[in-house]
Amino acid sequence: MSKREHLKDDFLEHRLIRRRLVLSAVVIVAMLSLVIGRLYVLQVVEYDHYVTLSDSNRIRIKALPPTRGLIYDRHGVVMADNLPAYRLEIVREQVDDLDETLERLRQYVEFDDQDLKRFKQASQRRRPYESVALKLNLNDEEVARLAVNLHQFEGVEINARLTRNYPLGAHAVHALGYVSRIDERDLGEVDEVEYAGTTHIGKLGVEKFYEKELHGKVGVQQVEVNANGRTLRVLSETPPVQGSNLYLTIDSRLQRIAEQAFGDMNGAAVAIDPNNGEILALVSMPVFDPNLFVNGISYDNYNALRDSPDRPLFNRALSGQYPPGSTTKPFYGFAGLELNVTTADEETYCPGYYRLPNEPRKYRDWKKGGHGHMNLHDAVTQSCDVYFYDLAYRLGIDHMSEFMQQFGFGQKTGIDSTGERSGLMPSREWKRGAEGMPWFPGETLITGIGQGAVLVTPLQLADSIAAFAERGTRYRPRMVKAIEKIPDYTRVESEPVVAGQYEIQKEINWEHVHKAMINVVHGLRGTAHRIAQGLDYQVAGKTGTAQVFGIAQDEEYDEDEVHEKLRDHALFVAYAPADQPRIAVAVIVENGGHGSSVAAPIARRIMDAYLLEDT
Amino acid sequence: MNQTIDFDSVSVSRRVVDALRLDPVLLALLLILAAFGSMVLYSASGADYAAMIRQMTRIMVAMLLLVATANIPLRMMRNISVWLYLGGIGLLVAVILFGEVGKGAQRWLDLGFIRFQPSEILKLAVPMVVAAYLADRVLPVGLKELIVSTIMVLIPVVLIARQPDLGTAILVGSAGFFVLFLAGVRWKIIIGTGVLLSAMTPLLWKFGLHDYQRNRILTLLDPESDPLGSGYHIIQSKIAIGSGGIYGKGWLNGTQSQLDFIPERSTDFIFSVFGEEFGFFGSVVLILIYLAIIFRGLYIAGHAEDNFGRLLAGALSLTFFVYLFVNTGMVAGMLPVVGVPLPLVSYGGTSMVTLMMGFGLIMSIRSAKRFLV
Repeated sequence: MSKREHLKDDFLEHRLIRRRLVLSAVVIVAMLSLVIGRLYVLQVVEYDHYVTLSDSNRIRIKALPPTRGLIYDRHGVVMADNLPAYRLEIVREQVDDLDETLERLRQYVEFDDQDLKRFKQASQRRRPYESVALKLNLNDEEVARLAVNLHQFEGVEINARLTRNYPLGAHAVHALGYVSRIDERDLGEVDEVEYAGTTHIGKLGVEKFYEKELHGKVGVQQVEVNANGRTLRVLSETPPVQGSNLYLTIDSRLQRIAEQAFGDMNGAAVAIDPNNGEILALVSMPVFDPNLFVNGISYDNYNALRDSPDRPLFNRALSGQYPPGSTTKPFYGFAGLELNVTTADEETYCPGYYRLPNEPRKYRDWKKGGHGHMNLHDAVTQSCDVYFYDLAYRLGIDHMSEFMQQFGFGQKTGIDSTGERSGLMPSREWKRGAEGMPWFPGETLITGIGQGAVLVTPLQLADSIAAFAERGTRYRPRMVKAIEKIPDYTRVESEPVVAGQYEIQKEINWEHVHKAMINVVHGLRGTAHRIAQGLDYQVAGKTGTAQVFGIAQDEEYDEDEVHEKLRDHALFVAYAPADQPRIAVAVIVENGGHGSSVAAPIARRIMDAYLLEDT
Repeated sequence: MNQTIDFDSVSVSRRVVDALRLDPVLLALLLILAAFGSMVLYSASGADYAAMIRQMTRIMVAMLLLVATANIPLRMMRNISVWLYLGGIGLLVAVILFGEVGKGAQRWLDLGFIRFQPSEILKLAVPMVVAAYLADRVLPVGLKELIVSTIMVLIPVVLIARQPDLGTAILVGSAGFFVLFLAGVRWKIIIGTGVLLSAMTPLLWKFGLHDYQRNRILTLLDPESDPLGSGYHIIQSKIAIGSGGIYGKGWLNGTQSQLDFIPERSTDFIFSVFGEEFGFFGSVVLILIYLAIIFRGLYIAGHAEDNFGRLLAGALSLTFFVYLFVNTGMVAGMLPVVGVPLPLVSYGGTSMVTLMMGFGLIMSIRSAKRFLV
């Protein structure tokens, strides 16, 4: 580098900048010439072409919405299909006075403010000359009356469009979910081009989770219209591609039997194939008719559903969080053996209550007089609380929490549906974070019998018992068995996914708990002994009763006196056949009282229906 | 401006322009363009009188800001450029933290009494700060200066591109790099960067672009492939311009525009309305007016007193050209759809204010020389 370059020389620098400025000017002229050349091509050379397009002015592009994929159960029974429904649609450009037209339309069809609001919203996002639905589901009478008078209404059309239909009605609604009209919020989440012309979108459940697969690909039609906008002929068309069909893992027959087993009780039941995580039945009671939602539910219907004390809209199977009660005892027993805190033979004396050292408070057993001397086997079979207070005290909350998480407690299972909640497996860290409080030893005890802060969803409960049945292998629960791609109808099976694997320390430990659970059903003193009658196969299970409200130290819980909504929840978990499990079930009956009397019989009916096919 | 032959009144208006430290040539060209713009806007908005009045009010306000900017001494401009730049970056970060989301991108900052896009500040601050940095240093720029300047430009560009606002990011980036170009970056570096960038294009294509941006480029190559999305804009825009022919369909007579076929017809796609109604002839005249404005800016740059003025005036004029080229190229179907308005004609206040203040700066650069001598 020469020395000259280190000195500022305004003359040289000015010359440099000027040169660059001149060069820029040349480039600018060249590039603007390109633009002008392009305009010359468009406006002079190809003028005739474009002026024809513009003059006939009447070439419009229409979106052809795809047909939504169908949903079948695992055996091919149709659970969701599409039926033609008549819609009243308006092309805004062809209506001179919208308010006046709407006023006149009222003589022939009824529509309310809600319809009008949706119409206005949809009008905002349509392209020019695209029709917008005012009313979705015209009945035959309305169609007849309007069709005769349609000539009076420029720009008003009646079109038949395929609309989602659920032939089984309320049946399996919480497994399927439903579709409803697209609203503002949905629009942010979808590709506007793909949804041009689509009016409905999955809102819940499988319908929402698999929206992308079910929706299909939009088609395009170039049409020529006359001066009034009526279609004269179709110039070109790319047909839409129907969405994929789904085969659920649900067995609709089993689902129906499970729903019927509840009678008029509220609750939830989940049945899983423990060998692969397929959901065989997913019940939340009561149910409602999803067809009501498809074309916009009326305020009255919606309010009735929303305000019903039975909460039919609430998907208890995935979103309901309940204390698991004694259904967790087999897991804690297993933890005690695996972590060498106890042995199968060690006995604990149960006087009917338990006391922490140096604390006056009595932790009561459900059996007033106590169970006497109990080992693990007897404690599971008879559901002795005192045994598990003591075991929990010796395990400590840290070990309990860590062990239970390996069976999926406190975490979402990752099911392919919407609305799943995680439940809660309390730990020291959780309590410090959530409440800013230290953990108290008494909380360890009540966690040991599935009370206190611990919460599970019915799905989680079924998932964990299935994992136990599979000796520690936990599969991710799946709702969809196969996806059938259109147009070539290739079937893509969904593969089982291992979500967690607990490595058993000693097989004999598992056998101990497994045998105790068989004894719960088949043993004479087992808490679920009453469902054993006439069983052709072996069931391993555990009953549970979850307190809805606490009882003071010196009070008695009297089932008949307590208001129904405050009565205990009844639970039952099971897998069968015990030696070669093919189904795992969790049942919760809200305010049902004892697990043995209401929840276990429902579970048995589900297992009977599945294992003895022809029942 | 009333042009009369009366000598006294000419000299009076001349004296007023001088007293306000304005450049009469540039001022006249801008006023002609604004008048043209208001006329097209009236047509594009569907003969909406109120919209045109709003636009004219904006032009007035922007003109006042132009006069104000033209009267800030250049030395002071140079001194505050660093603070303007740092403040702009701070506001961009604030947008990321508390900004409002509009149309899927986070660009706006709401200060209670006013809502604005901080990225606009950077359109001026970036060329100012780079020009101020390079003005005292030996030209052509050395390696160290080149690296420092590049970093100064890239920080705001990345922040803006992430909002995402590709159009503004391009404008801010070009403003900064034009300063460097004028400051004499060596040709082997320019060519080397060009080669490197083209070599990296496949990578950029894969990782650097959003899906929608990739789609827009693909759509440009084959508009028919996406007739429901941005392809629709391009198809309709081409039909509008093409059907205008040599002399156009006449003001307020564009069928494509009036029948609502052109999307965003009063903002980004206003040039298609112009092309349809005023034809090839009108379009060329419009482009020549723009060219005259750009050339006047480059002339002022070439005759400025010091390097700061030369670099800044030159870069601002070149950026104005980028506006024009990107917008017309997009509307004519040559470039992908990027949100860049037609300068001083498209409906909307934000870019108008920035552009006019930019011309205020250019005028201030010109008077710095005149009044110094």
